[in-house]
Amino acid sequence: MKEYTAIKELPYYEELDFYKKQKRIVLQNCGLIDPEKIDDYIEKKGYQAAAKAITQMKSKEIIEEVKKSGLRGRGGGGFPTGLKWQFAKDAEGEKKYIVCNADEGDPGAFMDRSLLEGDPHKLLEGMMIAAYAIDADEGYIYVRAEYPLAIRRLKKAISQAEELGLLGENIFGTEFNFKIHIKEGAGAFVCGEETALMASIEGKRGTPTSRPPYPAQSGLWGKPTNINNVETYANIPFIIDNGAEEFNKFGTENSSGTKVFALTGKIKNTGLVEVPMGLSLRDIIYDIGGGITDDKGFKAVQTGGPSGGCIPAEQLDLKIDYDSLKEIGAMMGSGGMVVMDEDTCMVDVARFFLTFTQSESCGKCTPCRLGTKRMLEILERITEGEGKKGDIEKLEQLGKVIKEASLCGLGQTAPNPVLTTIKYFRDEYEAHINDKKCPAGQCDALKGSYVIDEDHCIGCGQCKTVCPADAITGKKQKAHTIDPEACISCGACAEVCPVNAISN
Amino acid sequence: MKEIIIDGNSYKFDPGQTVLEVARGNDIDIPTLCYSEHLSITGACRMCLVENKENGSLETACTLPARDGLEVETDNDKIYDARKTVLDLILSDHPMTCMTCEANGDCQLQDLAYQFDIEESSYGSKKEDRFELEERNSFIVYDPDKCILCGKCVRADSELQCSDAIEFSERGFKTKVAAAFDEGLGGEDSSCVFCGLCVENCPTAALSYKPARKKGREYELRKQRTTCGYCGVGCQVELNIKGNEVIKVDSVYDDTAPNPDGEMCVKGRFAYGFIDSPDRLKYPLIKKDGEFVESSWDEALDYIADNLSRIRDEHGGREIGALSSARCTNEENYIMQKFMRAVMKTNSVEHCARL
Ligand SMILES: Cc1cc2nc3c(=O)[nH]c(=O)nc-3n(C[C@H](O)[C@H](O)[C@H](O)COP(=O)(O)O)c2cc1C
Ligand code: FES
Repeated sequence: MKEYTAIKELPYYEELDFYKKQKRIVLQNCGLIDPEKIDDYIEKKGYQAAAKAITQMKSKEIIEEVKKSGLRGRGGGGFPTGLKWQFAKDAEGEKKYIVCNADEGDPGAFMDRSLLEGDPHKLLEGMMIAAYAIDADEGYIYVRAEYPLAIRRLKKAISQAEELGLLGENIFGTEFNFKIHIKEGAGAFVCGEETALMASIEGKRGTPTSRPPYPAQSGLWGKPTNINNVETYANIPFIIDNGAEEFNKFGTENSSGTKVFALTGKIKNTGLVEVPMGLSLRDIIYDIGGGITDDKGFKAVQTGGPSGGCIPAEQLDLKIDYDSLKEIGAMMGSGGMVVMDEDTCMVDVARFFLTFTQSESCGKCTPCRLGTKRMLEILERITEGEGKKGDIEKLEQLGKVIKEASLCGLGQTAPNPVLTTIKYFRDEYEAHINDKKCPAGQCDALKGSYVIDEDHCIGCGQCKTVCPADAITGKKQKAHTIDPEACISCGACAEVCPVNAISN
Repeated sequence: MKEIIIDGNSYKFDPGQTVLEVARGNDIDIPTLCYSEHLSITGACRMCLVENKENGSLETACTLPARDGLEVETDNDKIYDARKTVLDLILSDHPMTCMTCEANGDCQLQDLAYQFDIEESSYGSKKEDRFELEERNSFIVYDPDKCILCGKCVRADSELQCSDAIEFSERGFKTKVAAAFDEGLGGEDSSCVFCGLCVENCPTAALSYKPARKKGREYELRKQRTTCGYCGVGCQVELNIKGNEVIKVDSVYDDTAPNPDGEMCVKGRFAYGFIDSPDRLKYPLIKKDGEFVESSWDEALDYIADNLSRIRDEHGGREIGALSSARCTNEENYIMQKFMRAVMKTNSVEHCARL
């Protein structure tokens, strides 16, 4: 029958271009199991890694395995996870905590959210193993309040795990006890920073504190604490289950495993992708992402969230891992990837990202509080056509100091979009400042007056009717003209012109 | 022996010391704004940046623990540029009103601007105030526009006075220090006791003493250390005097004093008005024919001695009682009760602190 043949021809997931180059370790179950049913997770070998770790392995062995896996923190910093656990394990103290950072504040990022909503038990399992490895008996998940579904599913997952005795006392019949609390964040980006996050859990103002001491020595309520990102913990069951060697098959030498990216912007296939580290930007953008919307030219890609860097076309073949990104002034961050096409103004992009970090600065340290404010003022001036000679140099100097002098990662990275756009698109800044032109035609204040191509104009008069400034003159059936002095560059004429004879 | 290297020279240090403490202990100058040896450390202002030679990074000397073999530099172009930029930024958000400012001559920000030769911020000056002046109480004026958010007031209030009356409110560029519900220090929900320690710790004139405003600046004032007369604790205080008038009372920092971190109460800090009060008693008064009349000390003491002896001899010591004051020292209170028991033969002694 005809219908059946048609269904036979439907491709498998792996055959779709979008999935061909992906490797799903973290997102393995997302979309395939019912996240509200613990049985679904258990059926997919769920909690077997925890059982193995807790009943058959010593804490030292677990830490060794994680170290061997080369897993690095997926929250942005890329610190080796095994080493972090080692510090927490070695720290002296009766009471220790495990914290999961699920604050995910980067605009447009939803990697952690997908996992929390699609496979919450995987996170709990990862945290259990970590708790056992460092001798913690209590854990906190700090999850942003803007994720109500994630919170609901996490709560459900925790109570299901408690019912089965997977959380609570004497887990798997051993001496190991572990309970997990949920703490809802209140919408501050900076509370994703680990010291601010812990202050927030303690009920204090969510501002970062100087390190040392590191959380492993003195974290939550002054106790040794291990804090990792959602995705980091979600990698643990795979590593314990399959061994570090299997994990190491994916990724590059210094960045093993996979990374989930949130692909957005001017790209055909947007969404979450999980790829082995070391894939090139070109692979992600063209093979997985399907290329640029409307087949326009590629201009740049911003990686690492609002404080990441803008990477230009010359770097499309860059193999992405922690170190390669850092080297070119960008960063892995939590995995945001915003693709920009040829119509994007890079000065405006820098202004856009800095607007976010500036308004999220907690205000504690001077360079971040005042430095980002002044940088933003300069960028606003430039995009409004008020740029001055020396502005670029000022931005570079100030950006460098903010990075070097700020207290926490927010300030230390906030200038990145500005510095990288200056580095790779300096000519656009110069055009704005010296020629008072926005090459991409995005900055309203710099749009030139509109002109009518006399050869194409059919004299229909529609433009004349819509012009709010009465800048257009001409007789019916004759070519019209625009008075550049009177034109306010609103573009209304170009929009109505039936023969596309008007441009600026 | 453990040693750290600062600017190429080795220095010994005690465990737990920071690079700033070691440097200062050896007369190496590192500018600071948010650091105070009396308070916890926050590393907020970023003025004390030094270069860690291990990796070339800039770190705050006030938070960096000294450790064996650590090598830092406290003065090079990179450090100077960073410190100057930080200062430049602070000044871009600070009113250029030194001419009329209470803190002129006693302002850490002004001193640093002088040291780094910044006449005006390279980002332009602050042209308009962003906040309202906060002076809905009798003692302390807060001008958030002059505040550099070093947080010393907040820490002094919380760590020394333990009032927790003020905290940062808002965030980022909008941050300011505020009392509960932003109702001011004298507000209904404020736990401020007006000890003035916040003012004392303020490096600028963001906080100032209201009664002292416009009455003279640091270099016009004569300083006189004294013991507070209000109670027996014996707090050390510093009177600031202009001409013959007490203008304000500052803290004294002395480890041997009962208030080593400059702690004071509202009375010691603000209740000095009596000193120059025209109503103040300067001579003993004896009531004659229903009127108080000035007398000499000899006359007054004789009068007291005669009458106390007379009452004791005629009616017995039990007819006499004595009440002494918490403003006296322990020793004075002791003498009082001893005198009453041994000489006046009475056990009726009492002290105002029991009321
Ligand atoms: C401003 C700022 C925001 C951050 N936001 C997050 C976040 O939303 N989620 C996260 O996991 N880590 C975030 N981090 C990184 C954390 O401080 C910390 O490095 C991370 O939670 C450690 O976990 P990992 O080792 O597993 O990456 C942020 C850091 C900074 C400086
Ligand atoms: S004095 Fe060290 S940061 Fe302020």
